[in-house]
Amino acid sequence: MGRVRNSAELFATLLLFWILLNGTLAPGTLAVGAAAAIAIVLFYTDGLSFLSHFQPVPRSFTASILFVFYFLRELVRSNIALARIVLSPELPIKPGIVKVRTKLKSPMGRLLLANSITLTPGTLSVELTGEWLYVHWVTVDATDNEGATAKIVAGFERYLEVMYG
Amino acid sequence: MLDLLGALVLVAGTVFLLLGGLGLYRMPDTFNRIQAGTKTTTLGTLLTLAGVALLEPAWTLKLLLIGLFLLFTNPLSSQVLARAAHRTRVAQTHEVQVDRLADDTGETA
Amino acid sequence: MVEVLITVAGVIAGAAFLLALFRFVKGPRAVDRVIAFDVLTIIAITGMVLVALVEGRVIYLDVALVYALLSFLGVIVIARYLEGAS
Repeated sequence: MGRVRNSAELFATLLLFWILLNGTLAPGTLAVGAAAAIAIVLFYTDGLSFLSHFQPVPRSFTASILFVFYFLRELVRSNIALARIVLSPELPIKPGIVKVRTKLKSPMGRLLLANSITLTPGTLSVELTGEWLYVHWVTVDATDNEGATAKIVAGFERYLEVMYG
Repeated sequence: MLDLLGALVLVAGTVFLLLGGLGLYRMPDTFNRIQAGTKTTTLGTLLTLAGVALLEPAWTLKLLLIGLFLLFTNPLSSQVLARAAHRTRVAQTHEVQVDRLADDTGETA
Repeated sequence: MVEVLITVAGVIAGAAFLLALFRFVKGPRAVDRVIAFDVLTIIAITGMVLVALVEGRVIYLDVALVYALLSFLGVIVIARYLEGAS
């Protein structure tokens, strides 16, 4: 069951990529894309895709949309914060590497979390080992693991937990 | 009107790229430079692409594809670089507050 | 007006490129140069998209996409190499 679902997801992801690349739904182009996608799926059944372990319940779709908006807002906020630091003459930074813990189990959920952390205010994922993430922080607000987790991870995990479990 | 909006978004995007360049130039150590580089270029490029999409609506799909691609690869390459930097023990600025990763791997920060 | 703004965008992107180039030349470590290279790449991609816009040729977008793909792989490979070299 897992294998079949993985293959179907990989096929759908590849075909979507192909359609976006070509910008057309012409039958000929679509057929070539489908053929290539099937060939790749046959080679790599264990591939990781957006949808790996995605929980297909309505709640997940709502969470995905909210996640995208939350993410974009954080991205803008992070850029404004950074602009403020870079533009001020005294360069007010207080950097450090903190350790945070994630409740997420699926690899795709963790990857999305690490990527999101990298693009949000002042934080950059450095290393991932199991449930622990090491995060470089431009302005360290909390040095203990729990405090840092609450400040860095909680916002995204709220949505990713629903989406990937 | 849409053209003007697109052009303004385009300029806004490049302003973020400039801020990224400035951050890269000013930040005191490798990790802070990665931070400056990755965030600004991601938003900067996304805005630039959005601006072009407003100016040339027919290109939207392809621009979206480039945007999605960068949205995924940009933070990933930053992470890989940050990890490489830490593993090769790149010097950090003296202002550094804490380094849990060095604590856990037994390195001296 | 729109043409002027596009030119302004090009100039600003050029200034960003110069700042990143400074870091690329100065280093001091290999990692710093790779970071600067990564940023230079992304600014170059923006440049390609701008050229596509000015010239009105969609084919440059494909060039930008392939360039993004290759430079991403390049950065990953270099980072791996740096880790191994320590």
